[in-house]
Amino acid sequence: MNPVFHNSATMKTKQDKNAKIYPSEKVRVTGAEAIMLSLINEGVDTIFGYPGGAIMPAYDALMNYSDKLKHILTRHEQGAIHAAEGYARVTGRVGVCMATSGPGATNLITGITNAMMDSTPLVCITGQVAAGLLGTDAFQETDVIGITMPVTKWNFLITKPEEIPSIMAQAFYIAKTGRPGPVVIDVAKNAQFGMLDYEYHKCKKMRSYAPEPRISLDNLKAASSLINKAKRPYILAGQGILLGNAEQEFLDFVEKSGVPVGWTILGSCALPKDHPQNIGMLGMHGNYSANILTNECDVLIAVGMRFDDRVTGDLNRYAKQAKIIHLEIDKAEINKIVKVDVPLLGDVKYTLPLLTKLIEKRSHAKWINRFKELDKIEYEKVIKRDFFPDKPGLTMGEVIHRINEKTQGDAIIVTDVGQHQMFASRYAKLNSTRSFVTSGGLGTMGFGLPAAHGAKIGKPEKQVILFVGDGGFQMTIQELSTINQTRAAVKIVLLNNKYLGMVRQWQQLFFDKRYSETYLLNPDFIKVAEGFGIKGKKVIERPMLDAAIQEMLDYEGPYLLEVSIEKEDNVFPMVPTGASVSEIILEQQK
Amino acid sequence: MAKKTINIENGNCTGGKKTYTISAFSENHIGLLNRITIIFTRRQVNIDSLTVSGSALPGIHKFTIVVHDCLEKVQKVVEQIEKLVEVLKAFYHTEEEVIHQEIALYKVPTKALLVSNKVEETIRKHSARILEVRPEYTVIELTGHKEETQELFDELSKYGLLQFTRSGRIAVTRSSKEVFTNYMKEIGKETVEYEKN
Ligand SMILES: Cc1ncc(C[n+]2csc(CCOP(=O)(O)OP(=O)(O)O)c2C)c(N)n1
Ligand SMILES: [Mg+2]
Repeated sequence: MNPVFHNSATMKTKQDKNAKIYPSEKVRVTGAEAIMLSLINEGVDTIFGYPGGAIMPAYDALMNYSDKLKHILTRHEQGAIHAAEGYARVTGRVGVCMATSGPGATNLITGITNAMMDSTPLVCITGQVAAGLLGTDAFQETDVIGITMPVTKWNFLITKPEEIPSIMAQAFYIAKTGRPGPVVIDVAKNAQFGMLDYEYHKCKKMRSYAPEPRISLDNLKAASSLINKAKRPYILAGQGILLGNAEQEFLDFVEKSGVPVGWTILGSCALPKDHPQNIGMLGMHGNYSANILTNECDVLIAVGMRFDDRVTGDLNRYAKQAKIIHLEIDKAEINKIVKVDVPLLGDVKYTLPLLTKLIEKRSHAKWINRFKELDKIEYEKVIKRDFFPDKPGLTMGEVIHRINEKTQGDAIIVTDVGQHQMFASRYAKLNSTRSFVTSGGLGTMGFGLPAAHGAKIGKPEKQVILFVGDGGFQMTIQELSTINQTRAAVKIVLLNNKYLGMVRQWQQLFFDKRYSETYLLNPDFIKVAEGFGIKGKKVIERPMLDAAIQEMLDYEGPYLLEVSIEKEDNVFPMVPTGASVSEIILEQQK
Repeated sequence: MAKKTINIENGNCTGGKKTYTISAFSENHIGLLNRITIIFTRRQVNIDSLTVSGSALPGIHKFTIVVHDCLEKVQKVVEQIEKLVEVLKAFYHTEEEVIHQEIALYKVPTKALLVSNKVEETIRKHSARILEVRPEYTVIELTGHKEETQELFDELSKYGLLQFTRSGRIAVTRSSKEVFTNYMKEIGKETVEYEKN
């Protein structure tokens, strides 16, 4: 067992515990100051943001608390919110960002949506025009509550200073409990300027909100008896395990049950990758065996995952033969996509140990062997070619493989979106939890660079390596400037194939190689980085690769390693859209 | 894949489309109506009628929403409504499970009542009420199911209906178990509870 797997349970509580309520007596302060005090009382020490008119009082108050609240000035609000997401993902704490009204707030939308899709706890504070101006099309007035309603877990417009403490308390409570998610608090300028008697109490309960559903003992029994009788059970691990800080509980369950485990892209750290029962990634670009045998198992045990269509492929031919058990905290996920035989509502932190107690110790060696047999085929047809290409052009797979050799899984890996993301999720070695940060549900290009920055700020002691494509890099490239300002030692591996590679791959496979608008005439990235104050090196040939990686890893500051990648380097295996998971293909079909 | 049509409609409508009455109970918060309707819009579920009002419990709002759709879709929508932070509980009921009413108002020219007794007969037949009589118009009220108010509408239309309006549905359940009232007793009166320092 890996010791790093034990530290996570304390993470969530750390933010709660180390904050004594401050100040201990009632004080008369401005609303802006009340916001800062509330952040401190929620254990926040880092804010990512960008100032502007409507949030200026808050920024002014921030100056009084600079010893307790570190603010990172990004170069775009999207950079701020993705950084807050990266920070939240690796630390397990609530990410906080701040922006002004109007364009400041609308620039946050992509990140808010991303956090909603990936259940990332965030509190976003936006400035708003003074209450008297609401609805008048005042300068930089936007209906932030209206715009963010479908993409937030909760939002609230504060128009009076005295609302601040209780609403901030609810915001943090809602963001981090149950299935986490983003909360937007829009604060009218008059509420920031106005005075209140400040006193802080954390929220402990809302009667309309039940973050932790009651656990059904009957269903626990039903689930355990299904598992005990199963001949070919299969576990699907999702991010819920990480969000519930239940890595140890999951490991115990996995090892006692002897059941093989496949994981979703966000569940990739739920079990160490080298664990003997770890089968691999599910879904569109997941592992061959992990997909094929989904349609042969007799009991499917889904843990904190939501059957995304990228995981299931054609639903009409998805695990139809299996009884399905679903461990899930969000009741609305039960039967949303797949009809479940035994739902097990609750926090996996609690349901997993209860289930572990009821199951027999088993080993499913023969069944696991079926996976290993198929793994050999995947290795021969795909992985070997990716890691040890027989052509001169460099591949993404080999770059990741070479980096694995050096880090041995002891790094936080962050990705952007595209082919490189799929290669990284398939191949990156990961030994510890919360060490893989990627945009899953929304697939947000531009997420990678700021998220890696946030991850490094959250876990400065860890090596943070970003894999990014030449397309996505340019979507938030301005954050190089932020990184130069903080000097956070983010190691950027730019896998440059001169194309919007993932789209090009689909064009190659499904649109008769008609490469419509996917070629990129790129800048000299090394010079660009240099202009931003960031050291870099470009690798165009295999013999240079190892030394360049080493140089990057050893460098004490941020570093850009650009690697020229073969254009027609494709990600396989692949479950084509509309196909069943068992129809996964290993190579381009004629 | 461009050439292959993809079947994304997975919610197989096993029982066909039926009418359901959805009721949701919530805290009284600005914007909640919007939050709830977004759920329907996003899933392309058409709302036949919607009524919002205070409930029997102080500070708690009741939404009554009528839809005609597949059970599977309705169940999912109800789950999504209940998931909203400020929603206490959401339910759905088939037509058999509720007693429901709608109210309709009809404004007809008073002349029509004077020239023959046809209008009067119609009003009697439907057990409608006359609310107000003026030289120019008469206002009639009927409470009932939509089919009933519709029938009266069709008949009165012949006499030159000046105005017509119909409310959304209100409903109570037939069941003798008061699920929501009991639930509220269980969860208490405090909307939000805070820690003591
Ligand atoms: C904001 C956004 N726009 C468009 C897309 C669609 N998209 C998905 S992958 C991809 C190509 C990414 O290209 P690049 O960043 O170079 O990465 P590669 O696939 O080449 O590794 C595109 C355009 C997206 N996911 N996000
Ligand atoms: Mg590219």
